Amino acid sequence: MKILVTVKQVPDTTGKVSVRPDGTLDRASMEAVTNPDDLNAVEAALQLKDQYGCKVITVTMGPMQAESMLRELLAMGVDETVLVSGREFGGSDTYATSQILAAAIDTIGLEPDDIILAGRQAIDGDTAQVGPQIAEKLGLPQVSYAAEIVKEDHTLLIKRMLEDGYMMVRIGTPCLITCVKELNEPRYMSVIGIEDCFDKEIRIMSYDDLKDHPLIDRTTIGLQGSPTNIYKSFTPPLRSAGRMLKGSPAEMAAELASCLADKHLI
Amino acid sequence: MILDRKHELERKLFRQFAETEFTKELQDRLDETGEFDWDMHHKMAKYGFMGVRIPRELGGAGGDYLSYALMIEEFARVDAALSIYANTSNSLGGGPLMMAGSEEQKQKYLPPIASGEKIMVFALTEPGAGSDAGGTTTTAVEDGDSFILNGRKTFVSGAPMADWCLVFAKTDPSARGSRGISMFVVDLHLPGVSLGAPEKKMGINGYPTSDVVLEDVRVPRDCLVGPLHKGFSIAMRTLDGGRLGMAAQAVGIAQSCLDESVAYAKERKQFGQPIGNFQGVSFMIAEMATDVEAARQLVYHAAELKDAGKDATMACSMAKYFAAEAANRCAYKAVQIHGGYGYSRDYKVERLYRDARICSIYEGTSQIQEVVISGQLLKK
Repeated sequence: MKILVTVKQVPDTTGKVSVRPDGTLDRASMEAVTNPDDLNAVEAALQLKDQYGCKVITVTMGPMQAESMLRELLAMGVDETVLVSGREFGGSDTYATSQILAAAIDTIGLEPDDIILAGRQAIDGDTAQVGPQIAEKLGLPQVSYAAEIVKEDHTLLIKRMLEDGYMMVRIGTPCLITCVKELNEPRYMSVIGIEDCFDKEIRIMSYDDLKDHPLIDRTTIGLQGSPTNIYKSFTPPLRSAGRMLKGSPAEMAAELASCLADKHLI
Repeated sequence: MILDRKHELERKLFRQFAETEFTKELQDRLDETGEFDWDMHHKMAKYGFMGVRIPRELGGAGGDYLSYALMIEEFARVDAALSIYANTSNSLGGGPLMMAGSEEQKQKYLPPIASGEKIMVFALTEPGAGSDAGGTTTTAVEDGDSFILNGRKTFVSGAPMADWCLVFAKTDPSARGSRGISMFVVDLHLPGVSLGAPEKKMGINGYPTSDVVLEDVRVPRDCLVGPLHKGFSIAMRTLDGGRLGMAAQAVGIAQSCLDESVAYAKERKQFGQPIGNFQGVSFMIAEMATDVEAARQLVYHAAELKDAGKDATMACSMAKYFAAEAANRCAYKAVQIHGGYGYSRDYKVERLYRDARICSIYEGTSQIQEVVISGQLLKK
């Protein structure tokens, strides 16, 4: 059994968000971090590794700078990392990205008991599409929004977190699962992990390594293979946090009236 | 010094851990109760912090002095007491064994120290022998295959939680001063060992300190660490590394004073503007920042010398002396910038002021560091 985890290096949107005049993110001026949901997926994989001793491999697509993220994942306990990188892949939207990652995963090779984990969504795009698309392109069953993963023999019992409740789903392997932040608390890197992570090899997959895969075609990857076009992007105006009133309806009404009066609105 | 990628990543880990785990609630609780937090001890152990500098084959992470200094600095930047949690095993507790222990002793004591399962502390100071460690009156008398220890050690940091203690005792009563002193590992659960009440300290609360009293304590011969009568030189060499750690702690405290002051100077308004606009305040901040950076570079330089296997005695003393004094200067200024609020426990600088005060006292006072530095220059 091995676990493949798809990860992405994203600009830290919890800090200062910088947008260029053309509406695209000015990534160079923002700190790069591992996408938070992906860390939950990595943690889930590491917990399964702690329990069953399987190998954990992370797969990412991005520029060579993503190496720094991969080193951190190795320092957390990941065994191997793959960086899919090449000019031909630049400008890919979710469709093209999932096409490329599916080809990369297929090239690494899937065994009957393997699992693919992905974060629910990336904080820079918020689409939640890449994970499910990879599953579709590889013809694998998938479960999204996993808040709990329990391995039982050759199946996984997944608790899906939905807006209005939970859904329990049993799934066979190989499969793809997308993970939400409620799944776990990602571990820190360890000192030993850091001491060793710079000695480990990072496997680079270039266009040349993937070009013969049936999913890879000039028309299905990169900007050219991306059906999505960004029309406009902007920073939404800041909204201050709301305040919940507590008490009986009469008490809440009185407090609301007093707040409005304080602000000279009534 | 520009850190390499490995050390930069370690700094990131230490900072992330401290900023997330050393919550304000935990810091306040430690300061108020003075009690040790076992949960935090175990959590630090889980990530390998107890054994940062302990070799890999003995259960540690196999890191260097620079990694160790970065850890203590980043931890102390958030909480000075919690920085000691991961300090002792890497310096005064584990250090003498790494330096002078036999293979059997290393195998027996270092793995459980690195894993956090056991705690080893260091007992050199006595009621009548502080800076003058040569005035040790604790004795160890050979008796067959054992030694019988008698005496009282004081200000033993971590003694209330410890399993083992490195005790320095006179084994040759005829030898004068620092000669004729040997080092022993004493199991603190042995008959004849008792502890004093934890000290009521000004700062660094949450890492209890007490006396260790030895009354006819019989320890087997294999508890002797290093050659007989040569314990004092091991103690002195261990203190080099210990001083480096405490210098790093002082840098962390000084940096925290600066962080708090910069934030407050931007936010606090007087005479219709932020107080940072006034030269009287801004110059204090410039002085603090320069002090912090100078201290940091001395610490990193000393660590680099130690990692290169070069003589670092003077560099460690310079780092400890300068960083400790800088921490005190910064704490003074931080409280001054905060005005009346700085004197209140509601603001962190009040605790920083108390925590900084020990820096120029323990593991060699500032004056002892000056003795070491000048001695190195004048003896040549």
